[in-house]
Amino acid sequence: MTGAAVDERAPSLLRVESVSKYFGNVVALKDVSIVVNAGEVTCILGDNGAGKSTFIKIVSGVYRQDEGRMLVEGGEVHFDSPRDARARGIATVYQDLAMVPLMSIWRNFFLGEEPTRWRGPLGRLDIGFAKRTAREQMRQMGIDVRDPDQPVGTLSGGERQAVAIARAIYFGARVLILDEPTSALGVKQAGIVLRYILQAAERGIGVIFITHNPHHAFPVGDHFVLLNRGRVTGDYRKGAVTRDELVRQMAGGAELDQLTHELEGLTTEG
Amino acid sequence: MTTAGPISPIASPPEPPPTDERLLRVGIGKRLLTRPDTGALLGAIAVFVAFAWFARAVDWTSDPGIWATWTDQAAQYGIVAVPVALLMIGGEFDLSAGAMIGSSGLLLGYLTTFQDLNVWPATALVLVFGLVVGFLNGITVVRTRLPSFIVTLATFFVLQGVNAALTLRLTGTTAIGNIDAASGFASARRFLASEVTQWDFKVKVFWWIGLTIVGASVLAKSRFGNWIFSAGGDPIAARNVGVPVARTKVALFMATSATAALMGTIEALELRSMQSKEGIGLEFIFIICAVVGGCLLTGGYGSVIGTAFGAAMLGMVQLGITYSQWDSNWTYAFQGAILFAAVLLNTIIRQRAVRARAG
Repeated sequence: MTGAAVDERAPSLLRVESVSKYFGNVVALKDVSIVVNAGEVTCILGDNGAGKSTFIKIVSGVYRQDEGRMLVEGGEVHFDSPRDARARGIATVYQDLAMVPLMSIWRNFFLGEEPTRWRGPLGRLDIGFAKRTAREQMRQMGIDVRDPDQPVGTLSGGERQAVAIARAIYFGARVLILDEPTSALGVKQAGIVLRYILQAAERGIGVIFITHNPHHAFPVGDHFVLLNRGRVTGDYRKGAVTRDELVRQMAGGAELDQLTHELEGLTTEG
Repeated sequence: MTTAGPISPIASPPEPPPTDERLLRVGIGKRLLTRPDTGALLGAIAVFVAFAWFARAVDWTSDPGIWATWTDQAAQYGIVAVPVALLMIGGEFDLSAGAMIGSSGLLLGYLTTFQDLNVWPATALVLVFGLVVGFLNGITVVRTRLPSFIVTLATFFVLQGVNAALTLRLTGTTAIGNIDAASGFASARRFLASEVTQWDFKVKVFWWIGLTIVGASVLAKSRFGNWIFSAGGDPIAARNVGVPVARTKVALFMATSATAALMGTIEALELRSMQSKEGIGLEFIFIICAVVGGCLLTGGYGSVIGTAFGAAMLGMVQLGITYSQWDSNWTYAFQGAILFAAVLLNTIIRQRAVRARAG
């Protein structure tokens, strides 16, 4: 990747350059390069086993890549933990691992970043501030929280995603990685989450939207990257690809053409 | 880490109306029924009332001397039950907490009688010993990812064996005595194991109440408390958002063993000698207190105040049976019945608290 299209004055928010990851003799990712710009939604499309989760884990600091490098705003970064990644403004919203269901909304909202009156782990929580802020941030996403003491387990799937997204934005995320945020949801709830994704991008955040559903990616994406068996098999700007082409590539592309051809052969013979 | 603050100044939307029409007015009774400690409070009241009848031969309700005896027993259970409850909310068990009481008391006896150490520095060493054992328990659980049930069961048996073997080797008997001959004994005893007030309430009752207040505020009002809930509720989610789950768990194991060491010190000072079998069996009582107090066996939910009610309940049962002049062998059956009732009640309360979301 040469990155010729990038504006020299403002380097991309996040650049992933030729990253590879191996688990023993299994190639999980090979030569994956992706550019994420502020205010854009970058969709990463791939089927199961395409390497989406490995990619997320590398960018969010859970794994270390074996080859390649990552740059945040032009500077090379090395993440030893998710904390390091977050410190550079990269936040991940996991599909179903982001919330503790038995804990209240405000406790979940501030989990790991609790507002305290004194320093250190025994610092006293500023509970009033936490409840007020959680409510206020949720309202900016268009959700009126009835009771911040409500356990997160009582929220709908879309609302939980909203809590997670609102939390990430509040804590200064500039790159927001959303791991299959729509896959466990019904049609209506998925639509609501897509709207949150656009809202986040409008606020100037670089969104990485990981999904296996081209119908969810197409309406919100500015940039589509197709992953297959750990490799990038397609990289398109918005407008350079049609929804049908995305669907076709996701469904197996050439293999599908081959299959159609064979099936046609069978029917003409018979 | 510094205090978290908002990153981007965002114009705040208009203040919400003070009440939300979707929030149903919930009666205080219903509100109480969604708290984890309600069951324990009701249970403690029920046991108290029951013995007011069964033990009517004595003045169960209003004799301060009788309150002093059952609170003494309750403190015996409740002090260590505080960290055991926090540990359980954090998703782990410690079966070695009972045997640690014996080990610590014996160590105090050894240091004061065989090494002629003053009781105060000896107590400090015993507490350090507790922290070390807790650290080993915790680090083993966190590193090996084995269930803490197994790891601390192993610690329990090691401690039990060491207690018996070393005591016999040192003294030729099953106990270390003459702790009261040590220097500093009187002042340490006054601080940890004496009686106060004209009705002979034990100082340890105040230790129990104090530790309960500390434990409850740490859980509900501190950063660490949030980490405890999340470490037990969903450790993977917690780690993903940056909670130091492993360190939280190790700290809880250390707190548990150190508190057991404090309890061992209190007993050694109170009894002036320490039996090698002291404390064994109490590990289960601590867990019963925590479960009665609303702590889930799977972690992530529970209450320190409820645990104190649980300890009070078990203390009342223990002494109530004696004052009712029943065969004290029934105590275990009662403890079992209480545990069973508590688990059922807590399940109902929790289901009310977290109604399964529809769709």
